[in-house]
Amino acid sequence: MKRLLSGNEAVARAAWEAGCAVGSGYPGTPSTEIMEAFAQYPGVYAEWAPNEKVALDAAIGAAYAGKRAISTMKHVGLNVAADAFFYAAMTGIEAGLVIVSADDPSMHSSQNEQDNRQFAKFARIPCLDPSDSQDAHDLAVAAFDLSEQFDTPVLLRMTTRVCHTSSPVELGEQRQNLAEPGKYPRNLGKYCMLPANARKRHPVIEARIAELAEFAETFPYNRVEWREKSLGIITGGVGYEYAREVFPEASVLKLGMVYPLPRRLIADFASQVERLIVVEELDPFIEDQVRLMGVELYKVGSVAAYPNTKSIFSITGEFDPATVRASAVRAGLLAEDGQVHPAPAAIDLPQRPPVLCPGCPHRSTFYVLHKLGVPVNGDIGCYTLGITPPLSALHTCGCMGASIGVAHGAAIAGDKERHVAVIGDSTFFHTGVPALINVAYNHSNVITIIMDNRVTGMTGHQENPGTGKTLQMKPAREVDMETLVRACGIDRVLTVEALDVDLIEKTLKAWMKSDEPAVLITREECALLPSARSRWMPLEVVAEKCNGCTLCFRIGCPAILKSEELDAHYQRPLAEIDPLLCTGCEICAQVCPRDAILFRKQMSERV
Amino acid sequence: MQKQALNFVLVGVGGQGTILASDVLAELGLKLGYDVKKAEVHGMSQRGGSVTSHLRWGPQVFAPVIARGQADYLVAFEKLEAVRFIDMLRPGGTVLINDYSIMPATVNAGSAVYPRDDALQAALDSAGVKAVWIKGMEIAEGLGNSKTANVVLLGALSKLLGLAPEAWDEVLAGRVPAKYLELNRMAFQAGREAVSS
Repeated sequence: MKRLLSGNEAVARAAWEAGCAVGSGYPGTPSTEIMEAFAQYPGVYAEWAPNEKVALDAAIGAAYAGKRAISTMKHVGLNVAADAFFYAAMTGIEAGLVIVSADDPSMHSSQNEQDNRQFAKFARIPCLDPSDSQDAHDLAVAAFDLSEQFDTPVLLRMTTRVCHTSSPVELGEQRQNLAEPGKYPRNLGKYCMLPANARKRHPVIEARIAELAEFAETFPYNRVEWREKSLGIITGGVGYEYAREVFPEASVLKLGMVYPLPRRLIADFASQVERLIVVEELDPFIEDQVRLMGVELYKVGSVAAYPNTKSIFSITGEFDPATVRASAVRAGLLAEDGQVHPAPAAIDLPQRPPVLCPGCPHRSTFYVLHKLGVPVNGDIGCYTLGITPPLSALHTCGCMGASIGVAHGAAIAGDKERHVAVIGDSTFFHTGVPALINVAYNHSNVITIIMDNRVTGMTGHQENPGTGKTLQMKPAREVDMETLVRACGIDRVLTVEALDVDLIEKTLKAWMKSDEPAVLITREECALLPSARSRWMPLEVVAEKCNGCTLCFRIGCPAILKSEELDAHYQRPLAEIDPLLCTGCEICAQVCPRDAILFRKQMSERV
Repeated sequence: MQKQALNFVLVGVGGQGTILASDVLAELGLKLGYDVKKAEVHGMSQRGGSVTSHLRWGPQVFAPVIARGQADYLVAFEKLEAVRFIDMLRPGGTVLINDYSIMPATVNAGSAVYPRDDALQAALDSAGVKAVWIKGMEIAEGLGNSKTANVVLLGALSKLLGLAPEAWDEVLAGRVPAKYLELNRMAFQAGREAVSS
């Protein structure tokens, strides 16, 4: 029976079939649905950890304890987990360990498009790179076996298109019944990476990767598809799909394992085709390795230029059939298809850029920060949208947890302006805490605002240590944010309702008069949570009172419209509220100087 | 069965049921014996953003995304989005448009203008495609639930594709909560009746 599954769902299913008992990850697009789907299977333990490093340590710990384990994260999450990734490469494991990195070519929702196949080579860990959901399923099952056979973690590298494309998958019949693990290992030479032991392990992992390269020669997911021999294509990951689409007649060496590579298989394939190219997204990862083997690739004019050694296809962005075809035409591999492509409509179309939702509890704080005009160091989450006009109240955004450290850096560098760091609840737990300890310990005057919307928002509402529930919906101890902040060494801490514009403004203004570090926790649940939705109540503008002063437009709420009606005196458009969008957060009512917007209480008191 | 892949692009605004419609279309393809790929562009979880889904049926489907100028059908749940993505269609392709507009935040804020109907129509006319308009929202509201507008459009699409409704009904029954099934069947039928084949 074939079922339509996304690549993420296919990996979750495969992990369950492979008898994987433990999953630990951190949400991050495009990886999030793997752990969410895995958590639904019977007989598994699945959790959201506070960050990817903690998640990977947990999965490694489970694999040391003899249970098959999986850790999932987006590509930049593996940067956070890199320390764990590297020691696990050194120690190996007792039971299968699969690390899923979901890369994001074209940066649909990321700050970079790093190619995490490089991590595999860096750490001497085998890397499997599926091309669609069936492949993701099959390679995920194979990854657990490979992990145990070679005593190594395995990197399953996905990309956005593989994660979020659904295609038919032939499911395995049932879950593998694995033997219960034995006693916890006391193998110090293998599991305690002190220098003396680590020096002995390094040659072991170099030998292991050489054995894996040998194994790759007959790995069934490295396969040759013979068609015409005038063009041969070496490809892996989603690149395979585009290769087949654009070069349907070419012979293809499809690599399920992209590190290490099967040297003889490649040489043999190369010797039988007239022209040989590599089709892969992002880095010339396969291409460089193939060249290092001394295999000649088809060249366009001169050799690809150092340092970008990718010769035919783009090193940036994800592929689509048109870009692959265009590159192939430029390289003389395909003739122009002569197709006349329709021009885009010659008409100005308004964009729909991402903005803070109507009712978003972050809006009030950004309104105040914009008004205060201070430099704001931002972080990763919905509140990154504080950057959008008219709020425009965010001046840096780099990676998870960077806000507080970057603000601290400005303070210790003696920047003349007072810096504010804004960070969400989940991001604060992720990597904000050590940075806040640094602010307290080294005593800079950073004001940190923890925007606590009671959920991990941007990735689609995941539980976190502050929500009181686990991924598998068990009740959990909530972290007391204020107590945590005080324990970090910050004495000045206050929790306020996030929608209270005046209080936020007064508090920040007062704090800016002193030179002390401080933490303001702005708390209000995300307006899209079911419990918040049940309280939605659209507000109204009293047209007779509004004079079109524009103050409420400046909060950047999509529910506030410019009416076609003009103020009689100033000829300015009046404000109007879209009842389908408004949630009744009252931020606009608070900023209105003429009491022209009714509060919820006034709305319900009206007949 | 078609020799070549059949390419659909579905576009709309968050909350319009675009994803459900593409799920139905994907499962239907599988039921009809095709290989299927459905690629979603997940926006961030904010309300009001563009939602795009690429869906391909064929004997064997490779690329998960459809190149510009290669779509056979563009199903637009909002008319501005129909024009925005009109160049996805191949010459002679068909755009099915829900005659309904949702104001972008940029328009609400007064920093952009929602194009007039005649400008939208002119853009569609110049694209060399077949445009089929349907009052999906109006029909759905007439049935008492505006949320079924997406199923009205699916009904219309089934007619344009010349496909019998039975297989669609099975897929819908598997997707829609039982208490809403009858309503959705009515919406589907109303959509079929709203277009001439």
